[in-house]
Amino acid sequence: MNPISIILVFLIAFLAGLEGILDEWQFHQPIVACTLIGVATGHLQEGAILGASLQLIALGWMNVGAAVAPDAALASVAAGILVCMKGVDIGTGQASAMALAVAGLMLTTLIRTVSVGIVHMADAAAEKGNIRGVEMPHFIALFLQGMRIAIPALLVMMVPVGAVQAALEAIPSFVTTGLSVAGGFVVVVGYAMVINMMATPKLWPFFFIGFGLAVLTNITLIGMGLIGVALALIYIDLSPEFNNTGGSGGGAGGVDPLDAILNDYE
Amino acid sequence: MAEARKSVSKTTRRSVWLRSQYLQGSWNYERMQNLGWCYSIIPALKELYGDDSDEMKAALKRHLEFFNTHPYVASPILGVVMSLEEEKANGAEIDDDAFQGVKVGMMGPLAGVGDPVFWGTLRPIIGALAASMAATGSIIGAILFFVLWNAIRLAFLYYTQEFGYKAGSNITKDLSGGLLQKVTTGASVLGMFIMGVLIPRWTSFNLSKIVLSHAYSQSASEAFMPSLTELVQSFNGGAITEEGIVAGNSVLQGITNGGFALAEREGELALFSITTVQSVFDQLVYGFGPLLLTFLAIYLLRKKVSPIVIIFGLFAVGIIGAFFGIF
Repeated sequence: MNPISIILVFLIAFLAGLEGILDEWQFHQPIVACTLIGVATGHLQEGAILGASLQLIALGWMNVGAAVAPDAALASVAAGILVCMKGVDIGTGQASAMALAVAGLMLTTLIRTVSVGIVHMADAAAEKGNIRGVEMPHFIALFLQGMRIAIPALLVMMVPVGAVQAALEAIPSFVTTGLSVAGGFVVVVGYAMVINMMATPKLWPFFFIGFGLAVLTNITLIGMGLIGVALALIYIDLSPEFNNTGGSGGGAGGVDPLDAILNDYE
Repeated sequence: MAEARKSVSKTTRRSVWLRSQYLQGSWNYERMQNLGWCYSIIPALKELYGDDSDEMKAALKRHLEFFNTHPYVASPILGVVMSLEEEKANGAEIDDDAFQGVKVGMMGPLAGVGDPVFWGTLRPIIGALAASMAATGSIIGAILFFVLWNAIRLAFLYYTQEFGYKAGSNITKDLSGGLLQKVTTGASVLGMFIMGVLIPRWTSFNLSKIVLSHAYSQSASEAFMPSLTELVQSFNGGAITEEGIVAGNSVLQGITNGGFALAEREGELALFSITTVQSVFDQLVYGFGPLLLTFLAIYLLRKKVSPIVIIFGLFAVGIIGAFFGIF
């Protein structure tokens, strides 16, 4: 293996670890992390395809409140290394990513607990008015989050290719077939998580409009996005929940919106 | 007051904006984003209290209290709190509880907007769009995702922070005017719609190996068998002609598309029409299988089954199914 690739992948893993907690630049999202690893190792195509397939699975993985979702960072980095550096096929890489998402989840929980102690260093520094002393613990905790992915990534890279191949050959073919087939439909869990966050009885019809259009037409995703935005605007405009309580200055001003529309058509 | 009014300059606000990207760096189970919040607002505190170490200490301490919200909507709260700090530095009587009250009062409702808008709608949509481009191995998908996401995010952080700073404490009134509710509902409509689109299109769930029944199809056999026999003969020593290949190809396509299978009947090859679970599903509505699976996942999630357990369960289903030849 090329030492430059190893260093680059280590840095990508570190960035993914930072972003796994920060959730800002999104270096931990599979489509970014796997593609970057593909670029660093000269296997752009495999990396991008793996990233695309993992992105769909991880669609609904989100940190809401204090709850922590499966860890996209370790999943995408380790799967990226397996596929781009060890020659593992994408279906198997995808499945191993799931196991690693759990491992990553446990690691981030651990560091979030350790951070309780680290943050107390900042309290002590605040007592003394020491600004640097307040800022340092923040970066110590963040650094640990980066190493949380970088160290496991290094370990995965250090496993010899032969050992990975031997281990894979020992797996019966129905397992690999099953894993890659399942990879095609585990995406529903992500969809279900997103739906569960947003669904109210009033919004379900929009789900079925989308489903019906997707099944019966060939409208592209961008076209669907436009229709969706239009539906959202129409809904907000017409929904009684926004019009009756309008109060002062509201455009509808207490007039029944349906009435107003009907009047327009007279 | 003789001295000039203290204020948080634009340069300082810009550095708060850049720092707010590290909000979650020291996320911990005790006070969550407390240190990240303090780190973000330090430039403003320095500008206001830099020459008074007692004030500075008190300010640092009050900004290390519990805080947790969606990382992006912390920006408008930072803006409001900066304007409050500015008032306080100029002599207004604002106690520490008032600061904590504003922070806690805003973080809940705003997180209720940030989660569905960013995690529920924007990221799945941009992610899905990018993934569809990257599925062929192109780098464009990743670049599109990265650039689009971060342009939206950085602009959102900056403008909402400025909005919060300028609106000051009045923002709490503005926000209750139904705007937040509208944004959340609008994003949820879009999100639900797109989920409906993605489920049938991007889930591959094929049950065509489970044959429910089969029946000898005389008409199909009579239509297809002669040309199929011709094709077989042409490969077995006969001359392979272009017409033969074209005819054979259309025969094979007709067989698979029409849900037929080749099998032996009375010593001869014949076509059987087969009914599979998949063909039943497709007759109901294309995408029926993924829809059922999604509802199952929604049901399990509502029963508090962890998503990880469901994911592993589905992988187990895949492996067991492959073992028995279902997939």
